Amino acid sequence: MYTLTKLTKTYRQGNRTVHALKNVDLAIGAGQHVAIQGPTGGGKSTLLQMLGGLDRPTSGTITIGADDISNMPDGRLAKIRAKEIGFVFQNFNLIPTLTAQENVETALEPLGVSGEVRAKRAAEALASVGLADRAGHLPTELSGGQQQRVAIARALVKEPDVLLADEPTGALDEETRDEILEILEGLHRDRGLTLIVVTHDSAVAKRAQRRLHIKAGTVTER
Amino acid sequence: MFFTYLRRELAGRRRQTAIIAIGMALAIALVIIVNSVASGVKAAQASVLESVYGVGTDITVSQSPTPPEEGEGGGGPRFEFDADAGTTTDGTTELSQSRLMAGFGASTFDASALDTVLGVDNVAAASGTLSLTNTTFNGQMPQMQQGGDGTVPSGPTTTEGTDGEAPQGGPDGAGGSAFDVDSFSVLGLDPSADAIGPLSAVSLAEGRTLDADDTGANVAVLDADYATSAELAVGGTIDIGGTDFEIVGTVTSNAADSASASNVYIPLDVAQTLSGEEGMLSNIYVQAASSTDISQVQADIEAALPDATVSTQEDLASSVSGSLSTASDLVSNLGLWLSLAVLVAAFLIAILFTISGVTRRTREFGTLKAIGWSNRRITGQVAGESLVTGLIGGAAGIAIGLIGILVINVIAPTLSGSASSSGFDLAGGQGGPGGAAGGDASGGTVTRGFGGPMSQTAAATTEVALNAPITVSVIAIAVGIAILGGLLAGAIGGWRASRLRPAEALRSVG
Repeated sequence: MYTLTKLTKTYRQGNRTVHALKNVDLAIGAGQHVAIQGPTGGGKSTLLQMLGGLDRPTSGTITIGADDISNMPDGRLAKIRAKEIGFVFQNFNLIPTLTAQENVETALEPLGVSGEVRAKRAAEALASVGLADRAGHLPTELSGGQQQRVAIARALVKEPDVLLADEPTGALDEETRDEILEILEGLHRDRGLTLIVVTHDSAVAKRAQRRLHIKAGTVTER
Repeated sequence: MFFTYLRRELAGRRRQTAIIAIGMALAIALVIIVNSVASGVKAAQASVLESVYGVGTDITVSQSPTPPEEGEGGGGPRFEFDADAGTTTDGTTELSQSRLMAGFGASTFDASALDTVLGVDNVAAASGTLSLTNTTFNGQMPQMQQGGDGTVPSGPTTTEGTDGEAPQGGPDGAGGSAFDVDSFSVLGLDPSADAIGPLSAVSLAEGRTLDADDTGANVAVLDADYATSAELAVGGTIDIGGTDFEIVGTVTSNAADSASASNVYIPLDVAQTLSGEEGMLSNIYVQAASSTDISQVQADIEAALPDATVSTQEDLASSVSGSLSTASDLVSNLGLWLSLAVLVAAFLIAILFTISGVTRRTREFGTLKAIGWSNRRITGQVAGESLVTGLIGGAAGIAIGLIGILVINVIAPTLSGSASSSGFDLAGGQGGPGGAAGGDASGGTVTRGFGGPMSQTAAATTEVALNAPITVSVIAIAVGIAILGGLLAGAIGGWRASRLRPAEALRSVG
């Protein structure tokens, strides 16, 4: 699924040059369930940005499937994100003025799906995370767990190849955490999509097939 | 999705939407009102000018008066009576004389100027007029002393030096005198050219106007107001310069509450002959072929007639004085700057609020980018929201503006304006009851010297109720401003949003 070759990312912070990723070589196969752990400032977020096609490396290459996204123009990169990558965020990142149903539909908007099909697929995605009866609710009318389930529905509605989750349970209590993890793992298991979870939580990391540790810009296997 | 998202955003962020829309609404309302009042004032100015210069006149040609040469009269009428003048009864001599001469403050020029003007390119029509003032002297005085040979004249009146006999005769029977000097304005015009000039701004009240057959005839058309005050009517006669004219019609000015350009209108050739101004004109009214030709026509006439004063309607508009002129200044200066300032403020508010809105939605837009929305889609969304906000403001602004105009039109403030320009003899107000009564034997004091210049205001004061028109163009301007403001704020906000990095979505705080 992913091939990272001598991937380096540096950026300037004031007068300081930060080496967020240093010559990272990494391959992640399709359908893997990977957990990424590491201390704050170690490069977790930067690695996730690279995997998600949200930023470009300073040097080295990264390919998603057959596409080298290292120097891809913005427009094409946005299309790859729209088609192949699903995101789940720590703070859910739902659009506050849109209902659950409409939030899920935003993921289909860039794919040029007709309104009718869009509504049907969004309703199905919501049903698959157990929120069929909450479709018309605004995010503020939902609990944290429900909001994250809407976010998961938004990520999976486009049937992506990979699901990137950034601390998906960081803002939830333990009970809800397990509920969300079960949904994510179920997607991985049933649909065979690649699941990459960035987490602080060892309990979450332990459930993954493969655990990566990133510290000072260097990735090691555990 | 676009419209759903747009609607939800505007409804979900009501306060921001309302502030931007109210700002735009106030600015647009102000622009509408100022614009409308400005055209109202312009129309009022045009109506003042029309009452004087007539409809369709683009340019007027006149000549500034030159100071009289030594020995010439000071400009006023001079009445000379010989010894046999008047009729004498009971020792009192009744004298009456009327004189027609060029209007005060006006200068005449040779009629060949009219041909010169007609020869200028793009002149559609031109007609010449001769502005005159008729002054009538009416007086009663004691019978004249017949000279110093010691013989007693035929009347009973004696003068001092004849043994202390008291003076007799005169209106008081004691040697006093009484005079009336009455004047009215007379305009000589070409009876066949009624499409342009002062008579084009009047409507017929009674009888008929002058026509081509009247050339050389002693016929007159009177201003209806003047006719009423002078107790004259159609069918009667009026004494102009000692000649009786048949009154064939009366006219009223088209402008409300305003007198027409002159008290009396007579055929040009008759006016020229009677006043001794043979072959002379005082004004030429010019109509250009089209409004775009006016400045060229003005320049060409100025070149062809270097001594003449050539004025366009625009020049004349600046000669309109009174509260109308104050209103015009107020609208064009204060109104313009105020509406510009409020407009700029409204645009700034819209832009700043849009930018701050985009900044607040950094994570939202980052998320949308992360899930694959293109920059164009996001810019379009922000611009769409701003445009609709602008249009809401525009609609509210049009409503407020229309209410404002309605209020102005209900109040309909009255503005008065008088048009006067140097060297241009305008409608003379009726010459007041000139004259003074010499009541005592020493001859009395005459308050108005005759033979000398008489002061006369050569201006027509017109009362015009301000009517602010609602025009399609004003509404179009308002909608244009709303769209412009919305697009401007949207473009800047959208540009800001497109600059956001999709990685912003991963920021856990914010």
